[in-house]
Amino acid sequence: MATRYFGKSIRRNEDPRLLTGRALFVDDVQLPGMLHVAFLRSDFAHGRLRSVDFEDALELPGVVAIYDADSLGDYWQPGPLLVPPPPVQDIVFRARTQVPLARGKVRHQGEPILGVVAESRYVAEDALDLIVVDVEPLTAVASLEGALADDAPLIHEDLDSNLAAHVIQRKGDFEEAAARADLVIERNFLYDRGASATIENRGVVAHWDDRAQHLTLWDTTQAPIPIRNGLAAMLGLSESQVRVIAPFIGGGFGPKIMMFYPEEVLVPWIAMRLDRPVKWIEDRQENFYATTQERGQVHESALAVDREGRILGVKDVFVHDNGAYNPYGLTVPINTQCTLLGPYRVPNYHSEFRSVFTNKTIVTPVRGAGRQHGVFVMERLLDLAARQLGIDRAEIRRRNLLTPDEFPHDHQIIFQDFAPLTYDSGNYEPCLDKALEMIGYRDFLENEQPRLRAEGKHVGIGVVCYVEGTGIGPYEGARVTVEPGGTVSLATGVGTQGQGHFTVFAQIAAEQLGVPVEKVRVVTGDTGVFHWGTGTFASRGAVVAGNACNAAVLEVRRKILKLASKLLEASEEDLELADGTVRVRGVPASAIPLGKLAQEANPLRGAVQPGTEPGLEATAYFGPSSGSTANGVHAMIVEVDPETLLVEIQRYVVVHDCGKVINPLILEGQIEGGVAQGIGNAFYEQLVYDEQAQLLNASFMDYLLPTSTDVPRIESGHLETPSPLNPLGVKGAGEAGAIPVGALFAQAVEDALSGGLEIREIPLSPNRLFQLVSEAEEPE
Amino acid sequence: MKPPPFEYHAPDTLEEVLELLAEHGEEGALLAGGQSLVPAMNFRLAQPTVLIDLNRVAELDYLEEEPDGALRVGAMTRQTTAERSETVRMRAPLLHQTMPYIAHPQIRNRGTIGGSLAHADPSAELPTVMAALDARFRLQSAGGERWVEVADFYEGMFATSREAEELLREVRIPPLEPAMGWDFQEVARRHGDYALVGVAAVVQLDSERRCTRARLTYLSVGDGVVEGLQAAESLLGTECGEQQRREAARLAALADVEPLEDMHASAAYKRRLVEVLTSRALTGAVQTARRRVD
Repeated sequence: MATRYFGKSIRRNEDPRLLTGRALFVDDVQLPGMLHVAFLRSDFAHGRLRSVDFEDALELPGVVAIYDADSLGDYWQPGPLLVPPPPVQDIVFRARTQVPLARGKVRHQGEPILGVVAESRYVAEDALDLIVVDVEPLTAVASLEGALADDAPLIHEDLDSNLAAHVIQRKGDFEEAAARADLVIERNFLYDRGASATIENRGVVAHWDDRAQHLTLWDTTQAPIPIRNGLAAMLGLSESQVRVIAPFIGGGFGPKIMMFYPEEVLVPWIAMRLDRPVKWIEDRQENFYATTQERGQVHESALAVDREGRILGVKDVFVHDNGAYNPYGLTVPINTQCTLLGPYRVPNYHSEFRSVFTNKTIVTPVRGAGRQHGVFVMERLLDLAARQLGIDRAEIRRRNLLTPDEFPHDHQIIFQDFAPLTYDSGNYEPCLDKALEMIGYRDFLENEQPRLRAEGKHVGIGVVCYVEGTGIGPYEGARVTVEPGGTVSLATGVGTQGQGHFTVFAQIAAEQLGVPVEKVRVVTGDTGVFHWGTGTFASRGAVVAGNACNAAVLEVRRKILKLASKLLEASEEDLELADGTVRVRGVPASAIPLGKLAQEANPLRGAVQPGTEPGLEATAYFGPSSGSTANGVHAMIVEVDPETLLVEIQRYVVVHDCGKVINPLILEGQIEGGVAQGIGNAFYEQLVYDEQAQLLNASFMDYLLPTSTDVPRIESGHLETPSPLNPLGVKGAGEAGAIPVGALFAQAVEDALSGGLEIREIPLSPNRLFQLVSEAEEPE
Repeated sequence: MKPPPFEYHAPDTLEEVLELLAEHGEEGALLAGGQSLVPAMNFRLAQPTVLIDLNRVAELDYLEEEPDGALRVGAMTRQTTAERSETVRMRAPLLHQTMPYIAHPQIRNRGTIGGSLAHADPSAELPTVMAALDARFRLQSAGGERWVEVADFYEGMFATSREAEELLREVRIPPLEPAMGWDFQEVARRHGDYALVGVAAVVQLDSERRCTRARLTYLSVGDGVVEGLQAAESLLGTECGEQQRREAARLAALADVEPLEDMHASAAYKRRLVEVLTSRALTGAVQTARRRVD
């Protein structure tokens, strides 16, 4: 029996390089004669740009050039609309995309106005201090409610309001369902999110080789291939003249899929214009203003249930903040709209949202990408209904879960990939049971909690369910080559930001080719090596690129068997691939090392059959018809100090089903990282803006990320319901950890405080909890 | 986040430091552990034109016990050194107890006792603890030296009575009295963060277990070290029972502190924390004092 690699907790191929500091990151790129860029960014969130004076700055020794919007000539263009609106009836969508450098107006704090190029970053920043910018401040749109007010200042003055989109999706008839419901819960919810706060900020290095007429760009992007194609078009180059390398990247989480950032447009242009290599590395302060974020939504929601707690219908009307521009279309609010339905049977649904422009940094997907907002609303509504009906919180969920015979399940609304929101497969109740069992739900409620309460301890439990739409198209590709030395090379277009691609893709190859995982050399995110594909987003790497790898590997396997069959004079069915060789089953002496076979497949002399392709190599593509839907249940136990309102997470359980698991160790890491980010979202992280949309906490001193001491040990369990939509049966897992944490946190804390307190917002903090508890204690 | 140009000096002796201070005065900034100054320079919030680096001045790094039990701490003593010092644990247990609350181990490895005290951050633990311990600061310049009380040293947020040509050279912590008890309590969002509120409590009991001296000092509730004067006074002459401690905590929250709202805590929440933490710190301090009386 050949060694199995798929499904094993194999240590990561990339870790030795990462742990010993030998991995290449963008800032490691040092080129002779390299120049550095610093940007002058708007201090105001909204203002009219009157004039700039940079003459003194140009005089500073070491300053090479300074560019404003006018110096770009025709190169100055608003960025592309990355995601057009989905085909929903009567949709209103008004695109206004970001510009390379502000012209006429500034629309959010940190919007770049000028780029200073100098011999060092120090000199470039010194020059910023010498520039005089005259901006007439305008009243800023800082709140969701304020954006659509009659007297709201117009952010884009060619529009008649700050409305960016209005979308209604309906299924059944909510009003009719509400009329016959035993209970209708109506509440408002606020869900606010923070920055993605990757450990590595963004960065771009550009090198124009004038003799070769070739541009190389190192970029912290999640989408190197679209960046290459877009840049080539903008710069008037052919795609083959541009190579984009997304080397090791310290976290992506979504904002690095956004394109084009102004810096990505400007740095290569400057490098070509000055014929010198140019580097820009975002500093942490810039990151808070200049890198896209997720932020708030305000929901007005209603849940109609019968007296057994069965969902009859949901109505949800919300406002979404898309920031000053909306290049990412409607992905985030559509995710909210779709993911709200969760693992539940919802016969009637009315969902309506308005997306609005505000004078804040652009909103694009951040891990979860709006899904948590929807999950929060649905889970909170179920908690409130359970409380009012006297039904156990786990039980009300169980009663509404879709059952295995209801798959594939068509929710009759449109998802972010423009396909109908259809769940491919799922088996939800066992997930819930397993989570309840792991956390000891019954025992906690019946014994533990009463006992601890008697001791004066405020402990609470929570349990929430969610789904995650993952692995959407359009497609990815991979090329697999058996090298003459016996190693296997695998190239794919998706970039990597820590997910473990170098290992899981290698496992897929190793499984079919019978070579050890460490013998598979994976290259990702280098358009010089592979240039077809879209990028790393929407929990799609394993699903889409993974299945492309599998298809290419199977083709190489076919070639191996065909050639070996000829050489060994044995039928293909009698051959096996193991230990880096192909051999007749049961005849170890017949083994031909794959490297030798690769040499045979690429002869220097002699004749080959017509139609024969040289080498043991294949390229294949995979595009799913629609996304695959993963699901999970999270449960937690918290203790709240009633005096200080500090919250301690005592236990955290995740039960998750993402279909076939390629590497349980890596999956665990994904889930734990997501939960950590979710905990940050629920209790620590908040972008605090004042009424003029000035960000007040643009540093890690005041923007609080959860640290290792704030994240509990996470106990996880897995179920495997394979996806029928791809040969490997896998579903995505990248965002699963982060999605339900806010809803869970609110429920558990509410339970711990066990008063009349109702938590309808995230993020919380001890300060906010103190306020909520004080309000709840006040007599009406 | 790069600092503007500055002139850099790295003297080896105290004498050279004092000469440089005399020469550069207002333009000069002293670099101790650099845990606050360097980020401030990178943000360009501080733009000194001359930087005098104290890290090579070995003679400023010492912990010495005096015959009477007082403790002398050299300004360049690393916070980690103080944290791990047996002398500090024996002679200034309140300081010992407080050290782990100061940021993170990596920061304490670089951060110095003198640097933190001279920086005068209202949310720093060390000034509050030194006030509770009645420590005195030794300031030295090329022209001579002087000793000041904690209360006379601090003049507000990031402001002290240190003259531009002076160096905070040493702190002297008086001997630990018998029948003295102490405690330190703080609440921070995450361990190692600037505290939302922190309090140091010191009480001294007589042989009858009656309070002869009480001291409550706070951080993060004003523009410097804030004294809980009325609360402390309310304990004098009492046995510091639970009721009295609770009363004192209430008094501290209502009468002694005037906290301002910031993005992490409202004034009301800060008052709540003052009350809770005062009560907890007094309980700890009184328990210790009683143990030492017996």
